[in-house]
Amino acid sequence: MARFEYYGKKGFPAVNLEELQGKLIVIEGTDGVGRSTHIGLLKQWLENNGHAVLDTGMTRSMLAGEGLKAAKVGHTLGWLTMSLFYATDFADRLENEMIPALRAGFIVLTDRYIFSPMARGLIRGADPDWIKGVFEFALKPDMVIYLRVGVQDLITRVIQNSGFNYWESGMDLHLGEDMYESFVEYQTRILREFDKMAGDYNFQTIETSPNIEEVFEQIKNRVEPIVQSRLPRPRTSPPAGIVNPH
Amino acid sequence: MTPAMKMYGKHRFPGKLFIVEGIDGSGKSTQIALLQKWLESEGYVTFFSEWNSSPLVREVTKRGKKKRMLTPMTFSLIHATDFADRTEHHIVPPLKSGALVLADRYIYTAFARDVARGVDPQWVRQMYQFAVKPTIGFYFKISLEEAMKRILGGRDAIKYYEAGMDLKITDDIEESFRVFQGRIIEEYEKMVAEFGLVVIDASMSIEEQQVQMRQIVSEALAGTKKTRIRKWLDLSTMVKKASRQ
Repeated sequence: MARFEYYGKKGFPAVNLEELQGKLIVIEGTDGVGRSTHIGLLKQWLENNGHAVLDTGMTRSMLAGEGLKAAKVGHTLGWLTMSLFYATDFADRLENEMIPALRAGFIVLTDRYIFSPMARGLIRGADPDWIKGVFEFALKPDMVIYLRVGVQDLITRVIQNSGFNYWESGMDLHLGEDMYESFVEYQTRILREFDKMAGDYNFQTIETSPNIEEVFEQIKNRVEPIVQSRLPRPRTSPPAGIVNPH
Repeated sequence: MTPAMKMYGKHRFPGKLFIVEGIDGSGKSTQIALLQKWLESEGYVTFFSEWNSSPLVREVTKRGKKKRMLTPMTFSLIHATDFADRTEHHIVPPLKSGALVLADRYIYTAFARDVARGVDPQWVRQMYQFAVKPTIGFYFKISLEEAMKRILGGRDAIKYYEAGMDLKITDDIEESFRVFQGRIIEEYEKMVAEFGLVVIDASMSIEEQQVQMRQIVSEALAGTKKTRIRKWLDLSTMVKKASRQ
C-alpha cells in the first residue's frame, strides 16, 4: 500500500505513489497570520532533530511563480484565470519539488497548499465542485495545520507589518468603500471558507496569539507524533553484524 | 453577492461563437481566416481569438516550452490558465456585445493533447467546464499522412512538444510526431459524437471546404442581426434619448 494518495482518483501520469516515503506537512492560514515565521521555526527544529526538510510555498514555482506575480500587477487578472494560475504553480511545485523530496524521504513543509487558492476562488464565485475537481490531483498531506486568527487581530498585524494591499484586500471584488472596509469584508469571507474546509479536510486548527513561542509550542506538539515514526528506534541490542567483544 | 459560475452549455449571449479544430496541417487556420473575411464583408462585427495568446499567460507557456519544464499536468494547466484569461477577456465580453467570436483551436485541442499525454480525460473536461459552448465547432478531418506531407513540406522543424517528445516515445522526432499526432486524431474522432463537432473533409479543395463552412455558418446566423449596424443605431438612439431628458 502506498503511503500517499490523491484527493481524486487520478493524479500525475508519470508518478508512482509507491515510491513516496517522506512526510508532507501543510501550514495554512490567512494573510499575515505568521505562517512563514512558524515554518522557519519548524524547519530549524526538525533539522536540529536530524530530519531533512524541504520548504516551499505558494507562487514559488520555477514555472509559474514569476508569471503569476507579474499577472497580479496590472489588476486585470480575473478569478478564473487566477485560480488556474495558482493550480499551475501548485502542480509544478508538487511534481518537481515536493514529490521528488518525498521520494527521497524528506519532510516537506509547505506554506499554503490547495486551500488558500480554493478559498480565494470560492469567494469570487467559483463553483465548489469545479474548484475541488481542479485541485484533486493534490496529494493528501500527512497533516494540515491551520493557523487561525480573528479578523480584528489580523487587522492589527497587517497594519504593523505591511499595510493593506490590493489583492489581500480583495479590491477586485469591490466589497467596500475603501481598502480598510474591503479588507475586513474580504478577510471575513476568506475565514468563513477556511472554517468550512477545516472539517472537510481534517485541519489541525491552532488559534494564534501574539505570543509566538506559545503558538509554536502547540505546532510542535501536533507535528511531533508524525515525525517521531521516522526516527530510528533506540537500540536494545547491538545491531546485527557487530560482534560483541566480550 | 457574486453571481454563480456559468458552466459549459449554460451561457446565454447575443453573440455567436465559431471555432475550428484539427491537427497541425489540417488547414483549419486558413479556413477560419477566410470565414472571418466573409463575415466582415457581410457587415458583422467579428473578434478573432487564438489558442495560447493570453497576454498574461503566454510568456510563461513560452518559457516553459523553451526550457522543456512542462510535464503533462503543467502543460495542461498552463493552457487552461491561458484559455481562462481569454474566456474572461476575449471571448465572453464580445459575445455579450453581440459580436461573432472566431477561435482557432478551442477546448477540444486541450482534451485531445492532454489525454494523448496521459492526463485523465474526466479531469481535463471538468476543468474546462467554464468554457462557453461554441455555436458550431468544426473539425477538419485529415489523414496523418496528408498532414505530415503538408507540414514537412512547409516548415524547417517540428517543435518538441508538438511531436510529443516529452513523452520519450522515441528519439526520432518525426516518428514521435507521427505516434503522438496519431493519438490526437484518435481523441478527436471520439469527440465528434461527444461534443457534436461538425466534420469537414480537409482533403477537399480550400474553396470547397469554405463553401461548406459558409453554408453552415449562415444557417446558424439566420435571424442574427448585423451587430455593426445595430450597435451604431443603438448608440444614436441612446444619445437622442439622453438629450431629450
